[in-house]
Amino acid sequence: MKFSGLIFANLFRKKLRLILTIGSFAIALVLFTFLAVVKSAFSRGTEIAGADRLVVVNRIGLTQLLPISHRDKILTIPGVKAVTHNHWFGGVYQDEKNFFPQFVIDPENQRQVMTELVVPEDQWNNFVKDRMGAIAGARTATRFHWKIGDRIPIKTTLYGGRSSEFNLDGIYHSERPGGDESQFWLQWKYFDENAPAPVKSTAGWYVVKLNSPDDAVRVAKAIDEKFANSSFETKSETESAFAAGFAKQFGNIELLILTIGAVVFFTLLLVTGNTMAISVRERVGELAVLKAIGFSGRAVLFFVLAESVVIALVGGLLGLTLAYLTIPVIGLALAGLLPPLILSKSLLTMGVGFAVVVGVISGLLPGIGAMRMRVVNALRRV
Amino acid sequence: MTIPIVYNIRSVAARWTSTIVAVAGIAGTVGVFIAMLSLARGFKATLVSSGSADNALITRAGATSEMTSGVAIDSVKIIQDAPGIARGPAGPLVTPEAVLMAPIPLRSTGTDANVELRGVSPNVLAIRSNIKIKEGRMFQPGLNEVIVGKNATTTYSGLTLGNTISLGSARWQVVGIFDAGGSSFDSEVWGDAHLLNGAYKRPDTLSQSVTVHLTSPAALQQLKDSLTSDPRLNVDVTREIDYYSKQSTRMTTLITTLGGFVAAIMAIGAVFGALNTMYSAVAERGREIATMRALGFGAAAVIISFSIEALLISFVGGGIGCLAVLPLNGLTTSTMNFQTFSNLAFAFKITPELLAKGILFALVMGVIGGLLPAIRAARLPVATALREL
Repeated sequence: MKFSGLIFANLFRKKLRLILTIGSFAIALVLFTFLAVVKSAFSRGTEIAGADRLVVVNRIGLTQLLPISHRDKILTIPGVKAVTHNHWFGGVYQDEKNFFPQFVIDPENQRQVMTELVVPEDQWNNFVKDRMGAIAGARTATRFHWKIGDRIPIKTTLYGGRSSEFNLDGIYHSERPGGDESQFWLQWKYFDENAPAPVKSTAGWYVVKLNSPDDAVRVAKAIDEKFANSSFETKSETESAFAAGFAKQFGNIELLILTIGAVVFFTLLLVTGNTMAISVRERVGELAVLKAIGFSGRAVLFFVLAESVVIALVGGLLGLTLAYLTIPVIGLALAGLLPPLILSKSLLTMGVGFAVVVGVISGLLPGIGAMRMRVVNALRRV
Repeated sequence: MTIPIVYNIRSVAARWTSTIVAVAGIAGTVGVFIAMLSLARGFKATLVSSGSADNALITRAGATSEMTSGVAIDSVKIIQDAPGIARGPAGPLVTPEAVLMAPIPLRSTGTDANVELRGVSPNVLAIRSNIKIKEGRMFQPGLNEVIVGKNATTTYSGLTLGNTISLGSARWQVVGIFDAGGSSFDSEVWGDAHLLNGAYKRPDTLSQSVTVHLTSPAALQQLKDSLTSDPRLNVDVTREIDYYSKQSTRMTTLITTLGGFVAAIMAIGAVFGALNTMYSAVAERGREIATMRALGFGAAAVIISFSIEALLISFVGGGIGCLAVLPLNGLTTSTMNFQTFSNLAFAFKITPELLAKGILFALVMGVIGGLLPAIRAARLPVATALREL
């Protein structure tokens, strides 16, 4: 570290250039982090899905309902621990822009199946007693500044087009990091009493909790076989396969994001590589002097590399800080359109690693040039 | 006196490495900017072109999409006799429709996608007059036959002419392929509403929506007044074009917000790149600039000259960015519409206007990146700069 003085003096030789290079680095890292976060938001469903849960839907289409009597039949299959059923509510809160998923849930079994979504005991008890009760995910509650006890008007076509007011009895949190905290839960009992005839005594889909994830394939097959050739055939798959099916329908978004990421990476490499090349070119004479007074070629390479890695690290850390500050803002603008944007620790680490790699690569080329140059030629060139 | 542009062109060429960096930065930014906007536009255009100003869509009051709507058969009968609806040889041009979703595997991945299945009345082609049968023929009412959109046949497997597919509890023969002009109908499968309701065990007395052909676009108000004031009905009347443009809002907002943010950040990065290039250009050319000043070129001439150089770089960058994304034009991709959960094929739509915007964006980046270095160049003290090595 006795050379740190030299390296720093070189860094600050052209302050403006240093600032601009660090700036480009920071910008590229903000972009890299942002794209990575968006990509993970698209595939989140698959990552966080429970391996020990199955989703059972109507074989002929997602919007087709299943009779409620399927519930007890599914329960008889060995390996099934608990079954809960849901309905898609599809109401509108104030304006269509304020979208969040609304599920009609079965209070008796919800918590046995969705174990990671937790509601404080007293709030849950109020919800169970309240026919017009509702529980909101923490993210949705924060988004609309709801407090427990608020009355939430939801417009729905199901009850004859009128608006219904629900009492917010509780707020749930996900114990699993990255879990979906945007849902809005309603009471099945009230729904079933008021629903029009074709919807009465039905479930939109079932979620089945298994004794062990190893049973998933067997149980899924057993469920589908049980209802085969009935009027309501089922399609059962693990929660993650179900989520993956959904994510795949977004099509080429992942490819699009990766392409942008590649463009950014390439541009970044060019910018820093160029800056390093310019600063080495300007200093050929000095580097030659260093070599002339006895520094090895490797030492010169080290000086150049150290400089570019320091620039990369400072720029990278700055970029990550910026990303850390801006991503929640963008996430808010995209609320209701995308799952929450989560900047995970592993992503931050990856960002730092990414910065270092770019720093090394961009310093390597001019550094090797400096290492190999012949002192005599370099000194002669003024 | 102005400095000849040849000077700038030559100096750009002489410093080609750093020029390439600046050009690449700007090209990348412009490319992403145009690609994102064309994606959002293509998506919107697909949905907007689905609607026609001559048609009105009638849904249950308060329904946000056909999926959550329902219109009973009694209401359909009242609607048929309402004023403002055009009549054809076989009666009023009204199609009560059933909208369903069927899981059909995507050709690309082999995984199921939610394909919109539309049960229509046999006179539907008279109502949606912009839809033409491209191959084969129209389905026959009362038979298990379907026609599929031209995007559906290429996006999903099994939907080829003559093939038999299983939908609901019945099997259906694909007898025709229709062209809906790139609209969302091109991703759909159409069949006889009564039979589809039967195959999906839905009450045949309930439709999701009713689409009517108006006597003229202006007749909408008349129809709306008549239907919404009727105490027997509880419906919303929307011009078809408005309904479909509303269905595109969530996805377009997502793409434009994401794309806008990415392009904005990339723009800052590209400006940094341009600044870096131009500042080093100024620094390396201190002596040249001083010589020109000594020869009698004014400070303004130097500023203009350097700005032109920056504009030149950004123009080339913008042009390359435009050219790079141009092959995307017309490329069809499919995604799921958040508002209906159904799969939809759409194409990137790059218009000359969008390209012009991209170039303009590049030039703005060039001005920002070039002006400050140009001012520094003009301010260089002539005597010291001349003495520099």
